[in-house]
Parts: sequence; C-alpha cells; structure tokens
Amino acid sequence: MHLSRPARIALRLAAGLGFAVIYAPLLLVVVNSLNPDRSASWPPPGLTLHWWATAWDNSGARSALWVSLKAGLGATAIALVLGTLAAFAVARHRFFGRETVSFVLVLPIALPGIVTGIALNSAFGTVLRPLGVGLGLFTVVVGHATFCVVIVYNNVVARLRRTPGSYEEAAMDLGAHSLRAFADVTFPLVRPALLAGGLLAFALSFDEIVVTTFTAGPGVQTLPLWIFENMTRPRQAPVVSVVAVVLVALSVIPVYAAQRLSSDTAATSRV
Amino acid sequence: MESSAVRLRGLRKSFGETTAVDGVDLDIRDGEFFSMLGPSGSGKTTVLRLIAGFETPTAGRIELAGRDVTRLAPFERDVHTVFQDYALFPHMTVEQNVAYPLKIRRVPRAERLARAREALAEVRLDGFGRRRPAQLSGGQRQRVALARALVGRPRLLLLDEPLGALDLKLREQMQVELKALQREVGITFVFVTHDQEEALTMSDRIAVFRQGRIEQVGTPAEIYERPATPFVASFVGTSNLLRGEAARRVLGEEGTYSVRPEKIRVLKESADADDPGHVCAVGTVAEVVYLGDTTRLLVDLDAGGRLTALQQNLETSAEDVAAYRGTRVRLQWHRRHAVRVPDSD
Repeated sequence: MHLSRPARIALRLAAGLGFAVIYAPLLLVVVNSLNPDRSASWPPPGLTLHWWATAWDNSGARSALWVSLKAGLGATAIALVLGTLAAFAVARHRFFGRETVSFVLVLPIALPGIVTGIALNSAFGTVLRPLGVGLGLFTVVVGHATFCVVIVYNNVVARLRRTPGSYEEAAMDLGAHSLRAFADVTFPLVRPALLAGGLLAFALSFDEIVVTTFTAGPGVQTLPLWIFENMTRPRQAPVVSVVAVVLVALSVIPVYAAQRLSSDTAATSRV
Repeated sequence: MESSAVRLRGLRKSFGETTAVDGVDLDIRDGEFFSMLGPSGSGKTTVLRLIAGFETPTAGRIELAGRDVTRLAPFERDVHTVFQDYALFPHMTVEQNVAYPLKIRRVPRAERLARAREALAEVRLDGFGRRRPAQLSGGQRQRVALARALVGRPRLLLLDEPLGALDLKLREQMQVELKALQREVGITFVFVTHDQEEALTMSDRIAVFRQGRIEQVGTPAEIYERPATPFVASFVGTSNLLRGEAARRVLGEEGTYSVRPEKIRVLKESADADDPGHVCAVGTVAEVVYLGDTTRLLVDLDAGGRLTALQQNLETSAEDVAAYRGTRVRLQWHRRHAVRVPDSD
C-alpha cells in the first residue's frame, strides 16, 4: 500500500502514542519501586533497592507469591490434560455434536470473569459445602482451569489441524500400535503447542483477579489479591510497586517463550 | 497353483450417505504389479485404505495371503504404504525414518542402521541419511518414503498416487525405476493412480474403477485393445466411439464400437478404398492439434459422429498439418480394430 509522507508520519505518531499509553505506566511502576521517597515524588530524588529488600521480608507478599505459583501450576496441569484430550477428540475424530463441543469449550474465555466468578461461587456453595469442602486453594485452581483449558485446547487444536493425519497412519502402517504411534510421532509433533499453551495458561492464571476473588477462601491470597488489598495503604505503596514489577516479569517470560515457540513451529511444521 | 496376495469379496464402504466402494471383488496375484485406475472419487483410494486397514469396510471381506484381515488394525497386517504426501516424520532424520519400522520390531540398532543404509542405497539415496525430510526435494522424499516402506520387506506394498506431486520428467523416470525396483524385490505392488498412461506403462494388470465399482480387470493390452465398457474405452486412451446410426452406416452393424486413434489411417478422399478387411469412412477435418511428434485430427464423419485420428509427423511439419483443417479425408482402419463395447453407459 502506498502512503503519503504526512500519512506515514501521522500513523507512526499514533502507533507511538498507543505504545506509550500501554508501556509508560508500567515503566513508572518500575521507577517507583526504586524511588527512595515513600510517596513516590517526581522526579525521584535517587534510586534504591531498599523497597525490594523490604518486599522480600514481607511475609504476606511472599506467601501470596507462593499461593499464586501453586494456583498457576495446578490450573496449568489440569488444562494440559483436559485441553489436550479435548483437542484430539475434536481434531482427529468425527462424532455427533463435534462443532457444538468445540464452541462450548472455547466459550469460557469470552464469558465475563465476574459472571464465571459468581457462578462458580454459588455452585461451590451448593455442591461442595454440604460435602464439607469450603472455598480454598482448590477452588481457585478449578476456577482458573475453566479458562486455562481453552488456551491449551486452542493451541493444540491449531497444531493438529496443521499436522496431516497421515503421520499417525504412517506410523501404524509401519507396525506401531496406537500408543506407540502417539509417543513416537504425534506427541513430538504437538509438543511445542503443549509448551506454548501451558506457558500462556500459567501467565493467564498468575495475574487473574476477578474469578479469584469469588473462588478464594478466606485464608487464600494470591499475589494480585494481595496487591489489590495493599495498594490503598500509603505505607505499603513502594512494596506494592515492587510486587507489581515481579508480577510483570513473571508474566512476560512465559508469554515471550510461548510466542517464540509458536513462530518456531510455524516455520518447520510443513514438510 | 498361484496364490492370491489380496482377495476382496463383496467389499463395500459408506461414509454417511455416500457410498465410496460399492461391491468390489478382486484377486491380486502374488508378485504382481497391480494398478487401480480411475478418476477421482471412483473409490480406488478407499479400496487401498481398506486394504491397509485405515478404514473398516461396511460390508465384505479382505484376505491377505489367504488370511482374513477384515477387522485387523493396520499394525497387524503385513502391508506397508507409500502415502501420497509421503508422510515422512519431520522430526526424524532420513535414516531414522527408514529405520523406524525396524525399530518397532526391535531389530538391534547396528543391524537396523545397516539395513536402513542398504534400503537408501536401493533407491539411490546413499549419503542422505543424516538430513531431515525438509531438506530434500520432492523426488528425494518420494524415494525415502519408498525405502521406508520396503525396508521391512512386507508381503505387499501399497502406493497411493506416489508420483502425483512430481513434475513430468521426474515422473517418467520414476515410473521406470519403480517397475525395475518391483521386479528386483519381487514384492506385490498395488498402485493407485488416475493417470492411464502411468498405469499402462508399469502394470502387469489393471483394474479400472468407476463410481465405487470395477469396470474391467485385465492386462494393459486387454484394457487398451479390448475395453469392456464405453467408460473404459474413453478413460483409457482417447474417447473414440462410433454409436448407433453412424456405426450401422460405417460398419454395417448397429452397436457401440471403440476405435483407437492410432489405428486409423488418414487418406485423401479420392484414395482407393478396395481393401478387404478394412473399414472406410469419409468426412471433413474439423480440428487439427499439433503435438510435436504426432498430430491429432478431429474428423466429422458424413455418416455422423466424430472420430479422432493420430498421425506420426514423419514427413509433415506444423505448417503442413495446419492446412488439413476443412479438407475432405477418407479414414481407414482394419475391421478388427473396431471393438464392440456394451451400449449402456
């Protein structure tokens, strides 16, 4: 497409502004975490790692980080198993209602978190409480898994659709029984999609707050919940900034890795 | 007594509403190069997939070397397949691909590598073992697929249009090589193709498929010279049929007859026609197609109908043959080259 010079400049400015709106506030959080002044005066009088040490010693933040890791890993594990099984069913088998199943599987990611949260909260209340199981880490994991499954499912299904079924047939034709064909041929071919899906699912779970609010029991506090509770306390402001930076870092790494994996596999998938 | 490598009885396969294979009976002999020929959608590939075990028949029976395998899984049949898209495992090297069937059979590592190299040498790919399939050309991948399917020495090799993706030169070269390879290893080959020339070139026998049924089984010469139905006559070779009134006026008999274009001699209209045993028909040249080595003449007969005649360009050039258009000619062929085929299509 040909663009005039003024149009090019205008588009570049718009794009720059867009990125600035997204990333300048994040940068501000990083600076604030190093700002020696507790009330985050601007410009910062200097730089310090004092708040990082304080945050490290803050037992509330540390245990919240720990809870978030556990919730993320749990939800990711469930998503990997269920999402992969569902993807194989939809991509490799013909059955009645396949399109419906595919739609119903993807729907949770589009549902407003607040709806999912309320629905799960009342469902847990009516089903689990009579059994003596209250809200806790387990319910958070289940709540997160509802949308993590979608991520894994989407990744694996896309990969399977790009992988001809003749690979599996060839393996069986050459003497491999079904499980062997899966282990030798299918699994290596979908592995990058599993990794990418798992990493994204973890990242999604790690910073989730809406569903978490409705499914976490009284003693369970994830990192986002901890931030939400502490950000209104002026005394804690610098520590909140530190925790926020940690959260950003821990979310960026899996997303970056997942994107690298997806592009690598796209380049070598066709043979 | 000759044993059957493959025996199909009353084979049927339906996918929902559509019937892909509609009652196929077939015997393929041991050591034979057998082609299944037909247009796309004629059921030939489905029959191949049924023999391999990728599909389960709706009805009927499949025997391999006398053993009923109708309900067996692909890995329980002594059959290997060369796929249309080759299906080489992209995450393995060429050598690992070829050695894979041996690995499954727990052949010791050293032996399976040696045999994989041998199989690669058989298809003239020595030295390519360490490469990945993605680093090979289409023709090379095709050979790797062959080596992988042959390394375990199955009783039966199935080939699903394996030459379809290659360009013409390479395809002709591979036709010759495939046939030589089959003679060398002595394994029964079942070859699926929609290319009649390919089938005629390589096969010991051919089955012509149409709408899920077999129209005719025979040697290339039988299929070509004695087509059993109008469909076979038109699908294998150029369609050249004399029907009804035209047949009565030219041949003196009603019916549907097939005449191969290269059997027809093109003479001047005034030429002497008193040759006993020969049949004549006069007409006007409607179209001239210059093909380099030959020329195709489409002639509208006075008796009705249109025949195609093929002429060698022995003395004639492109300019000469172009002048034929619109001229009157006399077509002549030996009576035995007009083959009666059933009227119904």
